[in-house]
Amino acid sequence: MDVAARLRAAVALAGRFPALSGVDLTVATGEVVAVEGSNGAGKTSLLRACAGLLAVHSGTIEVLGQDLRADPAAVRRRVGVLGHAAGLYDDLNATENVRFAVRAAGAPVHLAQAALERLGITGRLAKVDAGRLSAGQRRRVALAAVLARAPELWLLDEPHAGLDAATRRVVDAVLDEAVRGGATVVFTTHEQALATGIADRVVTLAGGRVRDVRPGGRRAKLAAVPDGGTHVA
Amino acid sequence: MWRDARLVAAKDLRIELRSRIALWQVLPVAVLSLFLYAFALGPGRAALAAAAPGLFWLAVLFSTVLAVQRSFAIESGEGTRDALRLSGIDPAGVFLGKVAAVALELAVLQVVVWAGMTVLFGVHVETPWLAVVASVLATVGLASAGVLYGALSAGLRVRETLLPLLVLPVLAPVLLAASRAWAGALQHGSVAAGTGWLRVLGPFAAAYLVVGILLYGPLLETG
Repeated sequence: MDVAARLRAAVALAGRFPALSGVDLTVATGEVVAVEGSNGAGKTSLLRACAGLLAVHSGTIEVLGQDLRADPAAVRRRVGVLGHAAGLYDDLNATENVRFAVRAAGAPVHLAQAALERLGITGRLAKVDAGRLSAGQRRRVALAAVLARAPELWLLDEPHAGLDAATRRVVDAVLDEAVRGGATVVFTTHEQALATGIADRVVTLAGGRVRDVRPGGRRAKLAAVPDGGTHVA
Repeated sequence: MWRDARLVAAKDLRIELRSRIALWQVLPVAVLSLFLYAFALGPGRAALAAAAPGLFWLAVLFSTVLAVQRSFAIESGEGTRDALRLSGIDPAGVFLGKVAAVALELAVLQVVVWAGMTVLFGVHVETPWLAVVASVLATVGLASAGVLYGALSAGLRVRETLLPLLVLPVLAPVLLAASRAWAGALQHGSVAAGTGWLRVLGPFAAAYLVVGILLYGPLLETG
């Protein structure tokens, strides 16, 4: 089994507070893992640690074959992160924001346009300054920036939050396409049905530790689709 | 690194052109300061002309603080700092890009301020090459030291008040050397004496560029 991320007794501090207090978790390449848990359980901290944004003080953390305790920045070009905050420049429009992300990653610029169209950011909407977009639209632009970079590991913090039903389906489809393309997805959610529906495994965090791991419904749904699975409902 | 620097500079300048904060806030403050200096020194043109180089660089110095604060305000939006860290851009490229954007803004500001000073104070440059070389070196020094200290204070809640406190003493040698170099470039100035001050401006700019390239990465991570 190829491993996208492996944490062993990983402890990370947010200030003096242990955000992760001994996480043991292995994520296989091509897997979709949903992380659930109550507020403060360590979901966001887990994603940030995997992106190299939160230092792991003890234990081990290996992401995409890189030891992040030795070099936290080693995987940053290879991961895509969607945080609670969109991370957009308010005075740049949607297209300019995504193009900047794509150029920064050294990816072909034409990917920006394709990603924006995939997320429904087209026409006049693509030319509106990010600061004037609604929260849901900003989230779509931010996700387009992740998609355009074609990362190997997607780290998404509540990617469905604030989105309407149609956009949620688009997000699910985008994630499914990414996984079929060989990417790995780890996302957090507060919605149990959602976690179970689109994930291969559902990990429950509590107090900065893994409390439970159970199978998700993605594999079962794929098997049920006659052509081998072209979508996940 | 250079590709990343161009990318960051283009992004910062595009945001400035779009928001026009530098145009409508930084530039007017610099021009306004000329009038205030003129009021403070009185109507005598001789006194104004004698003080012109120092007042010019004082206006540029305070504008540097505003330009650097603005440069980091761009990155203070929700999640933009993390996005920049995750972008894959070489931190040295971020530093050089920000320095280039701030330096270009300061260069435009200097042209406008000097035009105003020529009109208000009646001073003229007699040795243009000396004024230009001094300006280039001083601008690079101001921008690189300003961006470095801007990064140092960027992650703090008190950054707006802390930055001037940190950076103004550091930039004092540039104020002194650039003022003296410009005094040499003006009418009746000593070119030889003015040229000597370039030996302060050059190493200052080079030192802060090198230190910034080396330290910006750790500052970006810890800020």
